[in-house]
Amino acid sequence: MMVWKTLTRWYHQLGSPRYFYRFSEVLLPWLWPIALLTTAVGLVWGLAFAPEDYQQGNSYRIIFIHVPAAGGALLGYVAMGVAGLVNLVWRMKMAEVMIKAIAPFGAVLAAIALITGAIWGKPTWGTYWVWDARLTSMLIMLFLYLGVMALINAIPDPRQAGRAAGLLSVVGVINVVIVKYSVEWWQSLHQGSTIKLTGGSTMPAEMLTPLLISMLGIYLLFAVSVLWRARAELLWRERKSAWVKELV
Amino acid sequence: MYFESFAAFLQMGTHGPFVWSAYGISALLIATNMWLAYRRQRLVLNEIRRLARRDQGSL
Repeated sequence: MMVWKTLTRWYHQLGSPRYFYRFSEVLLPWLWPIALLTTAVGLVWGLAFAPEDYQQGNSYRIIFIHVPAAGGALLGYVAMGVAGLVNLVWRMKMAEVMIKAIAPFGAVLAAIALITGAIWGKPTWGTYWVWDARLTSMLIMLFLYLGVMALINAIPDPRQAGRAAGLLSVVGVINVVIVKYSVEWWQSLHQGSTIKLTGGSTMPAEMLTPLLISMLGIYLLFAVSVLWRARAELLWRERKSAWVKELV
Repeated sequence: MYFESFAAFLQMGTHGPFVWSAYGISALLIATNMWLAYRRQRLVLNEIRRLARRDQGSL
């Protein structure tokens, strides 16, 4: 019951714009250098120190940005879907702000996953692009992110925009499931998962360690990006409230 | 380092152009995003300050 109480307290505290702003103020000066450093360590390790792949040679080093970007795009979409659901059920203002804050970097990461995947595909498969399940569903994910952003920009009333974007976020979560299992459900040029939460990964530790560090780094950068964007949105929405006036 | 020389590191066997273009594009996109996200909160803060000053001036 303690856990539940703590969770509900967090929900209400972080749901309060003023508390969220203070919280991010304390967190960010630490978080962004840690995020940058973690990403740099992971990528330099992967690019310069990890051994070569015996089949793919050095082209496999693209994995150290490709997989973190794809993972971040998927995770970001799930987070956006959760925020969308919270917004649809409880009309929570903070959830609207989070949807708007998540979408841009989610779109960037989906684009990076697609572009680096295409570049990796050329030396590995002999082609930049095929219309198979994994690649197509990932392209749809990019369009879903862009769709959420476009909806928010197109509807002038922020509450209505938030509801519409929230609905699209929730519905789009189906696509996350399709992306995740596409390599198992359909024949695909795309290789199977490298990292498995259950039953061991298909990669030696000297490659897996930098990959996991890169993933952590990109996820932390995502968090920093979301916090910065959420702060901007909160300030603007609450510009007439006492706490913002006190602040400026 | 895994590579024998810095030149070999840049060359990546025959895969240099693929690896470096993938990382170049990614770095550019991520850096641009982080810069825009950071700048946005600065701009909003300045705009609110400007509005506050204007309101004070009209009183």
